[in-house]
Parts: sequence; structure tokens; C-alpha cells
Amino acid sequence: MVKKALKGTYITLMYLFLYLPIFLLIVYSFNDSRYRGSWSGFTFRWYRELFQDRTIVAALYNTFTIALLAALIATVIGTVSAVAIHNMSPKAKVFFMNVTYLPVLNPDIVIGISLLALFVWMQLKLGFITLLLAHITFNIPYVILAVLPKLKQLNPHLEEAALDLGATPLQAFFKVILPEIMPGVITGALLAFTLSLDDFMVSFFTTGSGINTLSIKIYSMTKLGVSPKINALSALLFIGVIGLLGVLQARIRKIYD
Amino acid sequence: MRKKWLAIPYALWALIFSVIPILLIAIYSFCSRSPYGNIVYTFTWDNYRRFLEPIYLNVLWRSVVLAVQSTIICFLLGYPMALLIARSDIKKRSLMILLFILPLWTNFLLRTYAWMVLLRDQGVINQFLIALGIIEEPLKLLYTNGAVLLGMVYNFLPFMVLPIYAVLSKLDHSLIEAAEDLGATSLEVFMKVIFPLSIPGVISGTIMVFMPAVSTFIISDLLGGGQTILLGNLIQNQFLVARNWQFGSSISIIMISMILVCMAIMGRYREEGGELW
Repeated sequence: MVKKALKGTYITLMYLFLYLPIFLLIVYSFNDSRYRGSWSGFTFRWYRELFQDRTIVAALYNTFTIALLAALIATVIGTVSAVAIHNMSPKAKVFFMNVTYLPVLNPDIVIGISLLALFVWMQLKLGFITLLLAHITFNIPYVILAVLPKLKQLNPHLEEAALDLGATPLQAFFKVILPEIMPGVITGALLAFTLSLDDFMVSFFTTGSGINTLSIKIYSMTKLGVSPKINALSALLFIGVIGLLGVLQARIRKIYD
Repeated sequence: MRKKWLAIPYALWALIFSVIPILLIAIYSFCSRSPYGNIVYTFTWDNYRRFLEPIYLNVLWRSVVLAVQSTIICFLLGYPMALLIARSDIKKRSLMILLFILPLWTNFLLRTYAWMVLLRDQGVINQFLIALGIIEEPLKLLYTNGAVLLGMVYNFLPFMVLPIYAVLSKLDHSLIEAAEDLGATSLEVFMKVIFPLSIPGVISGTIMVFMPAVSTFIISDLLGGGQTILLGNLIQNQFLVARNWQFGSSISIIMISMILVCMAIMGRYREEGGELW
């Protein structure tokens, strides 16, 4: 009995440790007091102020445009590459999978500074385009990793049957293979969108003056200390991303089962 | 077989945006600096030699110590948790593990910022302690080494729990029963059967916590307030503030080498654990 209570307490404490800070951050975004940590009434004021701040609205717009475009492009490239990797010899497959894991395992700061070095070396102007290229780069591997399991489950005779019945390889891909792997493709796209929305480190190094994403905006605001406006912005981003992840988790489970 | 050619766009993309950038950093780390700070393509060891100066070795030392400390704390907190989750019934298990996966996919910056709200002088913790009458003046919690350590443990704990859980949940239960039938106490079962079998997961977890902990710059930047300079801060500083890309590159290469060594060790254990999903 005592042992069970101890276990229960430990589990509860751990989950409180993980989620209480985020929960309090969200609660405090509704706190009327500007400076003090004590509670002084419920308000939507900080959320109103957020949407009146032009730089924040611009950051919101950039974040969504980049996330959408990066997810779209990464999904196309990633899906095509997954099909290619699936059909490779085992040796080539291992090589490509290692390349795919490179950005997944490399520390974000190294991805950030090395892309910065590349863009400056290529004499690209840092800004929207460089951000987009960077986001596509870190998104592609996740799309590949989401599509590959679906390809493995695919019946290899399906495509042969389509080809035997006179479909061109392109028709066979769009009418037979793609519908079958669609759940993986959509999951990959959602995953890419979420990661892009959420990214700070890579964006921080690859953006230029004047182009902010929400995360970069939040970072520059934290330099001035804690403010209820950052709490509100953080709460919004948190709830959005957690919502997306909830949807994703269910999909990913299905793919791997 | 023609489908192989479909890999060309990705191969090119990966070459340009994943491989060449790293090569560029490697080249810069051996380049000299013009009097105006520009990159001069003549070979030098200076950028690596500079890292051997006491200030920078100190930064390396501090980063490694903090990363080791946070790894140990994550292990001590995370192992029991992984064990408890692995032993819960199947229905609860997936939700419990999902709650550990979710934070990993949310923004590190935001999760670290949440601790700024809690730890600052007018923050929730200080207000709470003052209201209870335990303290009169706010404690200095933010901008300390302790705060950085806390931030690391908070952010990286799931990296420890997940691989250990992955190994423990696949453990062959008949081994435990056999040990019990042969008269082992529950402590003996743990020390002689469960723990040795879970070591691959512990190694994966250790590496997965150590890697981001040693390369972080957000956590030390927000919670250390510029007083805790770690490798990550040094790199960021050299690239964005001091504009000494050659030196920044050499520090990055040193960090990548450390991580490659870790990955080589991890590769041996990849079969048994280390899955993130």
C-alpha cells in the first residue's frame, strides 16, 4: 500500500514538473498585473495588445507563410526521395539513410551556423528566402521518415499490375502508389509544418534584419525580461503546436503499427 | 530500377544544404584572419590553438561539467520513471509515454522561458514562498548556474526516459520470473537482471541528454543571463557578435567531433533502443 502511494506520488510529481511551468505560463498570460508575479484579476488585455502590435502580426504572417511553403516543398521532395530510397539496393539505402539522419542528429546550433556560412558564401541576402531554404532542409528528413514505413507496407505487385494493365509509370504512381502512401505523406507534411512553426535555433541564425518569426520575436523580447505579452504569445504558440502534435501522434501510431 | 534517379533532387539538396555547409565550417576553421576580420584562405592552426587558452578551456570544462551533471540528474530521475511506466498496464502506458514525447516536439525556447517566469525575483516561486512567510526577501533563483542546470534537466529529461522505457518495455518477462523462482529478492532481480538488460537504453539516453546539453545556448542564455558562458554561447558569440567565424568554426568542429565520438558509441546500441517515437 505504502509502496503504491509512493509510486503514485513520484509519477504525479514528475508530470507536474513537466507540465506545471507551461500551465502556469498560460495562466499568467491572463493575469492583469504587469510586473508582479501575484494574481490580480483575469484579463484578455495582453492578447488584444498582441494583435495590435504590427511587428508581432508581421512575425505571425512570416511564421505561417514559411511553415506552409517549407512543408509543401519538403513534402514533394521528401515523398519523391522516399520512393527512390525504397527502391535502392541495401547499400545505397544505408548511405542515404545516414545522410537523412544527419540533420536529425546534428545539434541545431551547428545546422544554424553552417547554413549561415553557406548562405553568406553563396552571397544570398539573409531573409525570407534563406529562412525558407533552411526550413525545407531540416523538414525533408522527417517527411522521408514518415513516408518510408508506408512504402514498406505497400504490396509490390500493385504497381506491376498497374503497369501490366497499360498504365504509364507516372499514372501508376499517381493512381496506385500515391493513394496508398497518402497517410504517410500527410503525416510528413503535418510534421514538417509543426517543426517549422516551432523552430527557433535554425531560424535565428539564417534570418536577416527585418524578417522575424514568432520564435525570434519572442527571443528578442525576452532580452528585456519577462512580460505578460510574451506570456500571451508563448501561450498561443504552445497551444497551437500541442494541438497539432496531438493530431500527429495519433497518425504516427497508425503508420508504425 | 529507373526510380533510383528520383533520388537526384534530394541528393543534390542534401549535398548543398547539409554536406557543403559542414565542409565550409571545417575549411573556415583552418583559415586565417585578415586585419579587418575577413576570411583569408591560408592554412593555420591558430583557431584551434586559441581554443587552448585558459578562458576557452574553462568554457569547455564548464559546459562538460554542466552537461555531465544534468545527465546524471536526468538518469536518477528518469530511470525510476521509465521503470514505472514500463510496468503500468498497457492502456495507461501509451498515454504516460505520450506525455513524455509531447514536450520534445515543442519549442525549447518557450519551455525555457516558462522557467524565467517562475524563477525571477517577482516570479511565482518567490511570491509563493513570501506569501507562506518562509522568506522575506526574494531569493536569487534566476541567472544562476542552478537555474541553467534546472533548465537542462527540464528540457532533456524525456530524452533519458524514452530510450530506457523502450528497452524495459521489451524486456522478456520470463527472465524476471525465472530469477524470482530461483529465490532472488526483488532488489537482486533489479540489480542482476533488469538493470544489466537495460544498459543499452541507459547508454542511448545518456548520449541523447549529453549531446544537446553540451551544445545548448538558449538555456544558458535565458536562465544564466550571460553569466554562464557555455560552448553554445561561445559559438553564437563568435558568429553573430565578434564576427570571428574562423574561431567559431573551430569550436563547432571540436563540438561535432565530440558528438561523432558519442554517435559511434551509440551506433552499437541503436538496435536495442533509442527510438524517439
